[in-house]
Amino acid sequence: MNSTSTVETSSVPVNPTIACSEDCLLRPGNTNCGGCGMSVGLNMLDRILEETGQQCMLAIPACCGIVTAGGFPTSSYGVPVIATTFASAPAVASGMAGVCEINNESEQIICWAGDGGTYDIGLGTLSAAAERNENILYICYDNEIYGNTGGQRSSATPLGARTTTTPEGKTERKKDILSILAAHRIPYAATLSIGHPEDFARKLRTALSLRGLRFLLMHSPCPTGWKSEPAESAQLVRLAVAAGLFPLYEIWDGCTYRVNVEPAWIDPREYYRQQKRFRIDDIDVEAVQRECKENFQRLKILAQQFPHRS
Amino acid sequence: MSKKLVTGNHAAGYALSTAGEANRNARGAVCGIYPITPQTEIVEYVAKFPFTKGRVIPVESEHSAMGVSIGASISGARAFTASSSNGLAYMVENIMVAGYYRLPIVMVAVNRTLGPPWNIWADQSDTLMLRDFPWIQLYCETNQEVLDTTLLAFRLAEDRRILLPALVCLDAFIVSHTQMGTDLPEQELVDRFLPVLDLPHRLRCDKPATMGGLVWPQEAMSQRLEIDEAMERVPGVLEECRTAFAEVFGREVTGAVETFGVEDAETVLIASSTIATTAREVIRNRRAVGEKIGLLKIKMYRPFPEAEIRAACRTAKKIAVLDRNYAAGIGGIFWWDVRAALQDCSPSPLVQGYLTGLCGGDVTPSVIDQVIGDITSRHRATKPIWMAIEAGKEKSR
Ligand SMILES: Cc1ncc(C[n+]2csc(CCOP(=O)(O)OP(=O)(O)O)c2C)c(N)n1
Ligand code: SF4
Ligand SMILES: [Mg+2]
Repeated sequence: MNSTSTVETSSVPVNPTIACSEDCLLRPGNTNCGGCGMSVGLNMLDRILEETGQQCMLAIPACCGIVTAGGFPTSSYGVPVIATTFASAPAVASGMAGVCEINNESEQIICWAGDGGTYDIGLGTLSAAAERNENILYICYDNEIYGNTGGQRSSATPLGARTTTTPEGKTERKKDILSILAAHRIPYAATLSIGHPEDFARKLRTALSLRGLRFLLMHSPCPTGWKSEPAESAQLVRLAVAAGLFPLYEIWDGCTYRVNVEPAWIDPREYYRQQKRFRIDDIDVEAVQRECKENFQRLKILAQQFPHRS
Repeated sequence: MSKKLVTGNHAAGYALSTAGEANRNARGAVCGIYPITPQTEIVEYVAKFPFTKGRVIPVESEHSAMGVSIGASISGARAFTASSSNGLAYMVENIMVAGYYRLPIVMVAVNRTLGPPWNIWADQSDTLMLRDFPWIQLYCETNQEVLDTTLLAFRLAEDRRILLPALVCLDAFIVSHTQMGTDLPEQELVDRFLPVLDLPHRLRCDKPATMGGLVWPQEAMSQRLEIDEAMERVPGVLEECRTAFAEVFGREVTGAVETFGVEDAETVLIASSTIATTAREVIRNRRAVGEKIGLLKIKMYRPFPEAEIRAACRTAKKIAVLDRNYAAGIGGIFWWDVRAALQDCSPSPLVQGYLTGLCGGDVTPSVIDQVIGDITSRHRATKPIWMAIEAGKEKSR
């Protein structure tokens, strides 16, 4: 940069990725907190892209995922990234996918977005891109909070969780975003947990093998917001699956279902207790458990009635 | 050259579409579109156009229309859209991003009153609300000027020395829905005029980079300075584009300003868009009987053509600025900027602002006559004068 520039051509505002020996999607030196689910998710994405021989470009709205790129003059991302406005990742990605399509290019256009950008401010944009069935892989890393702005509620925040804007614990349940997306009859919608890496990898492979709008919801531990132990992140989200709080399942074309992991139905308190965002006394645990079981029962019936046959 | 009778919206749609088509041998054209009166016919035209290599994405909002165009542009395609009034207000966040990302997107904006009140008629306050963003702004008077300026805007915006988006503005209904004889150039001529787009910072897998990551204060400020330098290069590059335009199309397209009779004028009227059309006729008649009066039409509002305005007002003792737009607590927006541009001229002319035709009112020759009557007998400038307001005031009481 030159403050008394006399250039004849305009220079352009990009943070170039400086070549480094670690030729990976998310590089060392990124600003993710220790134990952040995003780091695992992005590394997993990198691995499966490489395995399937695909390249990608990311559209990332305002969220921790763009902060982690770090500061000028370099970026922690080893792939092309465009930061979008908070609500706009699916719109910007639609433009990118459109250009790929007319140029017969096969890069995966991927939205990497938080729950705020997905469940809240960007929902209309995402719904429109889903209705148009744009050729986009949309991955929501769901840390159930606005992490980047210091931990406010989102509509993904679960019942009972304390955030800076629900100081007494959230009184509403978590929004069922997967049903909303499935209702658009998109080719593929699935939930992912870093506590179940093989299931995670398989779903990424499936999503990368399909065209159209594919939606993946990843339960993303956030030690900073959840006030949990960074080293325990993967174990923690495994407990959420075991308690039936975050069921793992897939939906094809909004029609056919597969349930991937049968919960062990552990006491949700085992999950709550490891995070200071929950106070067990605030929560009607039995009611939560009942609702989780009913939800899971409904999913199983759907999977029996409308099984996915691959 | 064969002229056809088409509306201003048709002319704009034609220019956007043929410009997009002209990029078919490069990365094509992709855009997001969304309707709003009175620009809807523009995006409908674009949606029907048989692009060889293009995709028009009918999105769910203006915010996304610009979002799609941002994604398309950063991927190297020629991108454009159109909007108006509340649509522009809804789009603002992404309008700003397009500018700061230095994406040469062209947007046609039909100037319409911002609501409330609900009013669909001509008023420039919508695009002028965008005045502090890094967008070139051009205001047109006729359908031909809309068409020509839109084509010109692509070449200007995409020039490596500029790389800034451009807004082409026209008055609601008075231009958007009025048919005028317009030359619609063959695709082949548009191809000759518009080089294919080669965006230097397009996202590509072989050279990864992050657009819009964190930038520290000094470097970020330096990026702002680079925008300022590009803005400063606009008038020079605009002149080059006009020369190329005349070579290809065999006609002139207006530059940053257009003057009529200012050479010896003691009184100069300053106007833009269709108010300039009416004022020109009034002034033509008055000059025919020897009045020393001239017209300065401001075509390019951003970057603000300060030098051209000072040159055009060299002999003026009195200047009347007519604004069909309003900044609350200020008055007319052109007036405010003209005053700043002329403040240290010596001897300094009297600059008076007139608010006229806001929210779509007719600015008739008699309104122009009233302005001329006021300015010629005026010895001191006062706060902006609201013209022909009495009838409306009476009724709304
Ligand atoms: C239009 C707009 N409003 C508000 C913000 C401020 N903001 C930035 S990130 C963010 C929360 C992001 O939450 P989420 O999408 O869940 O991602 P996370 O930070 O948790 O990774 C907010 C509110 C913004 N950037 N843009
Ligand atoms: S705040 Fe949470 S989501 Fe954000 S980087 Fe830290 S751990 Fe990850
Ligand atoms: Mg979040």
